[in-house]
Amino acid sequence: MVARLGIDIWKPLHAARGRTTDRIGDGVLYGLCMLAALLVIVAIGAIAYQLMNGAASSISKFGLGFVGHTAWKPEFGIFGAGVFVYGTAVTSLAALSLAVPIGISIGLYLSMVAPRRVRGVIGPLVETLAAIPSVILGFWGIVVFGPFLSSHLEPLLHGVLGFLPIFGPAQTTGAGLFNASLILTIMVVPIIASISRDLFLSVPRELTDGAVALGATRLEVVRGVVLPSAASGLAAATFLGLGRALGEAIAVTQVIGAGSAIHASLFDTGDTLASRIANQYQGAATSLQISSLFYLGLILLVIGLLANAVAQWITRRFDVHRLAAR
Amino acid sequence: MSELFDKGAGSEAAEVEVSLNGVGGSLASGVEDPGSSPFGDGLDPARPLSASGNLRRRQLASRAAEAGQTTCALLAVAVLAIVVYSVASRGASILSIGFLTKDPPAILGTPGGGIAPAIVGTGVIMLIATAIAMPLGILTALYIVEFAGGSSSRVLRMALDLLNGLPTIVIGLFVFGLLVVGKHQSGFAGSLALAIVMLPLIARATQEVLLLVPRSLRDAADALGVSRWRTVRGVVLPSAIGPIVTATILAVARAAGETAPLIFTTSIFANTVSANPFGRQALPNIPVYIFSASEGADPYGFARAWGAGLVLLTFILIASLGGRAMLSRSRSRYSA
Repeated sequence: MVARLGIDIWKPLHAARGRTTDRIGDGVLYGLCMLAALLVIVAIGAIAYQLMNGAASSISKFGLGFVGHTAWKPEFGIFGAGVFVYGTAVTSLAALSLAVPIGISIGLYLSMVAPRRVRGVIGPLVETLAAIPSVILGFWGIVVFGPFLSSHLEPLLHGVLGFLPIFGPAQTTGAGLFNASLILTIMVVPIIASISRDLFLSVPRELTDGAVALGATRLEVVRGVVLPSAASGLAAATFLGLGRALGEAIAVTQVIGAGSAIHASLFDTGDTLASRIANQYQGAATSLQISSLFYLGLILLVIGLLANAVAQWITRRFDVHRLAAR
Repeated sequence: MSELFDKGAGSEAAEVEVSLNGVGGSLASGVEDPGSSPFGDGLDPARPLSASGNLRRRQLASRAAEAGQTTCALLAVAVLAIVVYSVASRGASILSIGFLTKDPPAILGTPGGGIAPAIVGTGVIMLIATAIAMPLGILTALYIVEFAGGSSSRVLRMALDLLNGLPTIVIGLFVFGLLVVGKHQSGFAGSLALAIVMLPLIARATQEVLLLVPRSLRDAADALGVSRWRTVRGVVLPSAIGPIVTATILAVARAAGETAPLIFTTSIFANTVSANPFGRQALPNIPVYIFSASEGADPYGFARAWGAGLVLLTFILIASLGGRAMLSRSRSRYSA
């Protein structure tokens, strides 16, 4: 019977040729994957190396004092990052101090307050805010938002809180640290909102139910149960938002007014590390200036990496704790 | 615990007694003074449960907080609406077939013309960036899921997250130093910079999708004696290809609007249609076009920039909303 069908039952299950191609195929796939993975690691190293290499002549000329030095005078060959470090710190902190409470509130709204149907609409809309390209947001910020700020919001704040030096008299264009902070807020809010919503949704149901059963109102559930159990995640989200705010170049360049001095008033112009790099893209004349731009980039790389590393460290460390506690 | 109910703790002694029948109040009094008997002197067990002033205050605070949260959410949606409306209303007036197919006028400060070079350039740059980032991203994800051990996969995931968190202007500077300094700007340099932006997005999303491929499919292939690469090619990738494509679309939507990686790599360009990414000339592209127009003072340039912004925003919103919808559909299919 078997013989009539032409099947040789003693034939080995695998044809030898198939085995060879299998072995080659496995090797090639492994090699390619390995190569791609190595490339990712190499890319990070290459970025750091390239920036240090580019910044070398500026580093040897100005040393570490560059970071705090507040003069940026290309015509005299003097460069310092002080003004931009200050601008970066002020705009990022101002943006975070607005974006963190607003983002967490939106997260609470989306996870606890909103009806299910509304959630499905507003959640994606908030995330869409993050999809707007920064160049368009910045363009809107200087053409539409800036005039509104300088004619309405800034005089109002100056009138009410003018005794604080940070709320000085309004500028005519609306370009300045304040505008940049608000534009950054718009960019950071969706990040914090969507992370905090996911965090709040993952708070164990028993905990919130328990608090409700004890008679806690929704606010008390939030303050007593939800926020404490999501605290580490919220801290990580804050650092991710910080990384985003620090590194945003284009929108900030468009709305910050490219000032080269430190002003106390938020309504005045300034510049951040990223925006100074961006607005010199066509104007860098000398090699020392280009090298100083790389130096700015290097500072940005270091603090950007730090912010992200802290966020990752928090997530890893506290996720482990939370898992162990369960 | 005590913090949870501090709002509920009655401050005046009189109120504690009255609110013993109120839910929050009775708990609060228990917390404050555990020694006192729950059936103290003033308590009438038959009294109906009613809200004390204290409870009303707590409810009010809770309502106020909810109102604040709702306001924040509406504020975010309002900002989105205002920005989209601003771009749409200003961009729509200039939008026409001619705007999409003509070159910008050669002389600054003149009306008319279009953004055809920027549209073609952005298309070419994005195609090349995707062609670089997609295979690399998929292969990296395959390495993490199929080959890497615990520690090397952790290192790789961390590296991808760091790459994703890098300021994009730094990536632009990197490619500037790598390909442009001493040579010249080119469309390819821009593509490479955008590919570095897209790579971690595609790799991380793909890695998560690959983890969702049912274990049983892999086991079945293993049981049949199928080799690793045939399993990957015939089982793993086909069952995950939908979400991988979606992740790529989302990465394209993100990268298409990125300007910072391009201003050092492909920003000084002539305003004529060119599709050669390797030429001695930079490729025109929409983001840099908008950026330089917004830094300039030409009102007609502003008008064209709004039009270009509308074109870009339309593309990005369609891609990102479409991608998101596809993603949530495929997620629900996996979990079903």
